[in-house]
Amino acid sequence: MQNVLLKVNNLKKYFPKRTTSFKKISHVKAVDDVSFEVFEGETLGIVGESGCGKSTTGRTIMRLLEPTSGSIEFNGEDLSRLSKKGMRQKRRDIQMVFQDPYASLNPRHTVQKILEEPLIVHGIGNSQERKEKVAEYLEIVGLDSYHGKRYPHQFSGGQRQRVGIARALMTNPKLIIADEPVSALDVSIQAQVLNLMQRLQEDLKLTYIFIAHDLGVVRHISDRVAVMYLGSVVELAESESLYAEPLHPYTQALLSAVPIPDPTFEREKMIIAGDIASSVTDTGCKFQARCPYATITCKMKIPDLVEVKPGHSVACHLYSTD
Amino acid sequence: MEGNVLLQVKDLETTFFTEDGRVPAVDHIDFHINEGEILGIVGESGCGKSVTSLSIMGLVPSPPGKITSGQILLGDIDLTKQTEKQMRKIRGKDVAMIFQEPMTSLNPLYTIGNQLTEAILLHNKKLKKKEAASKAIEMMKLVGLPRAEELMKDYPHQLSGGMRQRVMIAMALLCNPKLLIADEPTTALDVTIQAQILKLMKELNSQFKTAVLLITHDLGVVAEVCERVVVMYAGQIVEEAPVAEIFKNPQHPYTKGLLQSVPDMRYKKDNLYSIKGNVPKPGSIEMGCRFAPRCDYATERCVTENPPLYEVSEMNVHKSRCFLQETEGIALAERVVEGQ
Repeated sequence: MQNVLLKVNNLKKYFPKRTTSFKKISHVKAVDDVSFEVFEGETLGIVGESGCGKSTTGRTIMRLLEPTSGSIEFNGEDLSRLSKKGMRQKRRDIQMVFQDPYASLNPRHTVQKILEEPLIVHGIGNSQERKEKVAEYLEIVGLDSYHGKRYPHQFSGGQRQRVGIARALMTNPKLIIADEPVSALDVSIQAQVLNLMQRLQEDLKLTYIFIAHDLGVVRHISDRVAVMYLGSVVELAESESLYAEPLHPYTQALLSAVPIPDPTFEREKMIIAGDIASSVTDTGCKFQARCPYATITCKMKIPDLVEVKPGHSVACHLYSTD
Repeated sequence: MEGNVLLQVKDLETTFFTEDGRVPAVDHIDFHINEGEILGIVGESGCGKSVTSLSIMGLVPSPPGKITSGQILLGDIDLTKQTEKQMRKIRGKDVAMIFQEPMTSLNPLYTIGNQLTEAILLHNKKLKKKEAASKAIEMMKLVGLPRAEELMKDYPHQLSGGMRQRVMIAMALLCNPKLLIADEPTTALDVTIQAQILKLMKELNSQFKTAVLLITHDLGVVAEVCERVVVMYAGQIVEEAPVAEIFKNPQHPYTKGLLQSVPDMRYKKDNLYSIKGNVPKPGSIEMGCRFAPRCDYATERCVTENPPLYEVSEMNVHKSRCFLQETEGIALAERVVEGQ
């Protein structure tokens, strides 16, 4: 059995929301009781539509957002209990790659400076060693060492994402949380970056949490996939198993909604009505308003994420035994 | 489905005059749309697909942009020769357009009802306001918007992304146009909402015989919705074919590469093919085949000489802009369709 690198337990992140009456404080439950494990060396994909809480989950693990409750065990250590300073040091082992390389790289710094910064922050090496490391990592991500002198705007989108990946790698992290790393890129460039990420994972023994909305991309890169809906994980399984036999009605609808680049491919489409906003409820399953199979139980009780076959968990009353 | 030609784009060139010089964003393209047909234009950023649609609508920002040659024939009217006043009558009535982000195309300060009735009254001066309002409600019901009467009083920000796109479609179809140009209509939407909107567009197309020019980067959307497809790269058309044909038998190395680099949700590819290099900036390649620097098959000839569009099949429905057609293609492919 593989080692568990990261274990997220009952993670919650609520944002306060002002309602029309001043007295009442309600909450947006962006991440609502999420638990999962990430094994060393694997890629865990997190998919879901906008507003499902997948990015908030990633950011809360990094403690870029403070969790409301729950624990985040990384190598057996609870990150949620670390001081701000302690967490800053821990980020040497957990790094993030963002969607928009335009926004996440400082436009006033050269790539050299951008890449050197994490080393300075963590006190790694002297000036000469840092320079060498920058040159080395530029080449690892498929750029040239002379690119270090350039500014972010002088790169194309794909190259900029390579810089973003290089920056994340500078401190030799164990875990990389990639939040929509390829969704701003053109299709032909997207494939380059995905291949790069896979190569790096093999060479550097990295573990990925890969957050994305594109189900094809997630299948390609992930070993296991978690599907999120309105702050909860509704299904978690090995990628083969999830795509071959999705169990949760939402996963089924999601998969059937993805256009397939093959005009001869025929299938029964399951188009669900409404949108994510129309299904906010306080009690019961969050998907019940859009679910074609919803029963009275779904309105009353929140389904737990239960393992219904080896390595395949689903949060749906349709599969409960009692 | 063989229909009459509705829109014919002939040798269109749209140039942007920038500080860095002339940039031909659309570089002499020819294509047509039949009545009632759904034609897709696919390509990556900067390939000229959006400028093509803006050229048809007469909405190319000028300066710096200008249609520098060619014709856009809607029936026997050349859209490139129309004055702004004449274009305003054509827009909405004959040709309508919907955009990627409906929030930017709806006025945030006016109610949905206000904006819909304005569009009706603009083209039907004789109608009374009440009649226009009931027509607007009818249209909103048609595109599947719930509680249409109440929505008339809502402002755009009160609606979700999918509903806003439905409002845009309703607005575009108000005057029953012959052609609807949809520029990345579902790119900003979630997949489950995208599926709803694509289904709606297909239904409206078959119900009203409105031809659709669908501009997208998503090959899955093309496969699902379009009948024919035009692939653009760096301002040029590199391949044109019926949808079934282009997925089964792609000819141009760019089209092939593009199809191979999309991860397929149905099975896991061990290694994803990737086209080397970067998407070129418009106008950066002036000589030879635009795709040559990234092409695995490029020869010296490709670098110096721009290949013409070759005919791939007998029916003149499949064309590819690649010298490979001369050597690898079937005998018919040697017939040159269009010289350069």
